[in-house]
Amino acid sequence: MTPPAPHTPSDPLLRVEGLQVWYGHAHILTGVDLTVGRGEVVALIGRNGAGKTTTLKAIMGLAESRRGNVTFDGRPIGTLPPHAIARLGLGYVPEDRRIFADLTVDENLEVGRQPPRPGAPHWTPDRLFALFPNLAAMRGRRGTRMSGGEQQMLTLARTLMGNPTLLLLDEPSEGLAPIIVRQMADAVRRLKAEGLSVLVSEQNTSFAAAVADRASVLEKGQVRWSGRMADLMADEAVRRTYLAV
Amino acid sequence: MSFLLVQALSGLATAATLFLVSSGLTIVFGVTRIVNFAHGSLCMIGAYLGWSLIERFGGSVGGFWGSVALASLGAGALGAAMEVGLLRRLYRSPELFQLLGTFGVVLVAQDAVAWVWGPEDLMGRRAPGLKGSVDILGQPFPLYDLVLIGLGPLVLGLLWLLFTRTRWGVLVRAATQDRDMASALGVDPARLFTGVLFLGSALAGLGGALQVPREAVNLHMDMAMIVEAFVVVVVGGMGSLTGAFLAALLIGQLQAFGILVFPQITLVLVFLFMAVVLVLRPHGLMGRAEDAPPAAAAAAPVLRLGNRGGWIALALLALLATAPLLVGDYAVIVLTEMVILALFAASLHVLIGLGGLVSFGHAAYFGLGAYGAALLVRHLGAPMPLALAAAPLVAGLGALIAGWFCVRRSGLYFAMLTLAFAQITWSVAFQWSGFTGGDNGLLGIWPSAWASGKAVYYWLTLALCAGALALLRRAAFAPFGYALRAGRDSALRAESVGIDVRRHQWCAFALAGSAAGLAGGLYAFAKGSVFPTLMAVSVSVDALVMILLGGVQTVSGPLAGAALFHLLESQVMRATDLWRLLLGLTIVALVLLFPRGIVGVLSNRRERS
Ligand SMILES: Nc1ncnc2c1ncn2[C@@H]1O[C@H](COP(=O)(O)OP(=O)(O)OP(=O)(O)O)[C@@H](O)[C@H]1O
Ligand SMILES: [Mg+2]
Repeated sequence: MTPPAPHTPSDPLLRVEGLQVWYGHAHILTGVDLTVGRGEVVALIGRNGAGKTTTLKAIMGLAESRRGNVTFDGRPIGTLPPHAIARLGLGYVPEDRRIFADLTVDENLEVGRQPPRPGAPHWTPDRLFALFPNLAAMRGRRGTRMSGGEQQMLTLARTLMGNPTLLLLDEPSEGLAPIIVRQMADAVRRLKAEGLSVLVSEQNTSFAAAVADRASVLEKGQVRWSGRMADLMADEAVRRTYLAV
Repeated sequence: MSFLLVQALSGLATAATLFLVSSGLTIVFGVTRIVNFAHGSLCMIGAYLGWSLIERFGGSVGGFWGSVALASLGAGALGAAMEVGLLRRLYRSPELFQLLGTFGVVLVAQDAVAWVWGPEDLMGRRAPGLKGSVDILGQPFPLYDLVLIGLGPLVLGLLWLLFTRTRWGVLVRAATQDRDMASALGVDPARLFTGVLFLGSALAGLGGALQVPREAVNLHMDMAMIVEAFVVVVVGGMGSLTGAFLAALLIGQLQAFGILVFPQITLVLVFLFMAVVLVLRPHGLMGRAEDAPPAAAAAAPVLRLGNRGGWIALALLALLATAPLLVGDYAVIVLTEMVILALFAASLHVLIGLGGLVSFGHAAYFGLGAYGAALLVRHLGAPMPLALAAAPLVAGLGALIAGWFCVRRSGLYFAMLTLAFAQITWSVAFQWSGFTGGDNGLLGIWPSAWASGKAVYYWLTLALCAGALALLRRAAFAPFGYALRAGRDSALRAESVGIDVRRHQWCAFALAGSAAGLAGGLYAFAKGSVFPTLMAVSVSVDALVMILLGGVQTVSGPLAGAALFHLLESQVMRATDLWRLLLGLTIVALVLLFPRGIVGVLSNRRERS
């Protein structure tokens, strides 16, 4: 059972209740509950294969068979197709980056562009190049010729072009050099300062600790613990149970 | 010299039309990953629409070009409707279903167009203002063709601008690479794809309508166009516009000069060119490995009949053997054809069910067997038993040669290569009239005197087909069959345990070819004649439909499918002229009802891979 979760927002931006997902016959998520409040950064933490990516995909409408209640800004989105969910202001940044390799940096950003959204920061390529200076120098370059870190930044920038109010960020630190990881953490904090809400999946608890207000710990397709990020970092026992390899 | 120049120019004019049609096909393929058989039909419809409009309004320059544009838009609208009604439901289906579904539309379009415009060839008006010719080094060259030559690069340029300089184009390219990611960014892929089908089909219609002043509009345009466009797209690299442009230029020249050197086999030249390109550059001139279509969908496991099944088969055989004693001559003829088709379908099942190799040209071997037997009778006066013995050998030899090329590729490319070889054999039978009788076929191929009774010939057919089927079934459950299936399910894993997958597939191709050849030989004597249509794409598709009807998962499925198919065909054809329309609608309904395969196993397997 999920222990009573302190500090859960009463009117959350995103509410997930009893989310279940199957891949073929494999029952991967057996009932995920979590919330993200307005302006909050929540970390979704769990071991390899715990179901973090699956959870984010299912929220985004990318899982083939899903069940459960997902509401975003008060609207049920559990049965909408991905593009409709994206147009409501949910931005998804996948773990495997998936930039459009044949398209230039500018074109990748163009794909993500959506009209300005009231209540969300408005992004333009120029503002994004200020946030990620590395990208500015390679606007005409194709995705095939970018490093992993550059690709990760482009993926994030491309999603921001949709002016989301909530960002689903899947393992942004995976496979990146420490210095780039620090830049990513900075970027996430800047986004929060701009008023964005973020649900970030991580195995790397130190990255999560650097950015998140709250955490939900996922194991075997369910949230087993949720609470303040600081409490999680202080609670050796919980981390040993759910996170130690 | 000037003659050669004019020849080259006329090759360029051909290339322009070819490029227009192929560019549409390659764009649609690039985005939807579906090879749209109906693309040729859209081109034909564009031509017919264009003909009607030009007859009415084509007197003035504006009227003519307005008619061409309108015809193109009409074809585009049909293509968009086809996306919404059919293709959209097939994006995640096995290739076999995508190809069959769009071929169903081809059949429907053939009957519909014949119904609206009639069966006669229609000669259109010349383009106003462009009726004359210009003088090129002393040789006259049609002005209209000169305009066409300019149109090719113009359209290429416009398409390039569309795909690189507009938001729509960028979104299409993004969705082409990663549909799910694009939709997660707020792009509605369904609307985008409808637009792409509109564009691609409008290009096909444009190519068709522009032909009106050049040549008669006819009911064979659809297959002729789709087959040539396939070649262009495959040679150019699937999904590549510049590749299609280059390939169209090359093939236009090949045709223009090929006709001077080998007037009998121009079609063969084109397909040989494609086969050679594919062997040398597996992804075409400008294609890239990652553009390659996914490997063929694995078929369902083949279920083994138990002992009971064996007894049932024997009982069925006994029942079939007594049939001539119980029913009349007409029924015996229908039964004879049914048994022959059952062997034909079962031979294709060896490739699809066991090997996971979807062949779109299996009729080639049926036809080779039939022609092999008929030619022996006609030119050497061979007796029937000798001719029947030669049929599987001729077809098997043909399959050995074609198979060597085909098994080098998998998935869609395999399907296209088999189709190309079937078109080669078809065009030889069609064009080499001195030897094969051409369009008139070969008549008077009757059985020997002792087998001339309908019942006796039926018993002979039954015995030979039952023997061949027993052999095929043995092969399926011998180590050979298991190796084939291992290669089908995972070529990599099969190779790692020491199975030479390609060699097994090659053997299977030859085996299936000779079995089809025996069926073809028997068919020739049953009908008393052979025609090039025996090798037409539609015959290959008939066999696929039989397998689809019966289910891929059992060895006996194709037999039941063949029986059902032939029964339906012979009954419906007697009742109506619209057999193709009905067959087409049936195929479309089948793939829509079972978009992921007749058996769920098929789709699950694909998901896991
Ligand atoms: N396409 C798929 N088909 C079948 N099973 C899958 C598929 N994708 C993921 N799984 C399984 O679902 C489970 C959860 O996977 P998921 O990718 O959500 O984990 P994760 O927490 O993101 O792991 P990681 O930290 O490695 O990214 C795993 O056991 C995985 O094997
Ligand atoms: Mg993951």
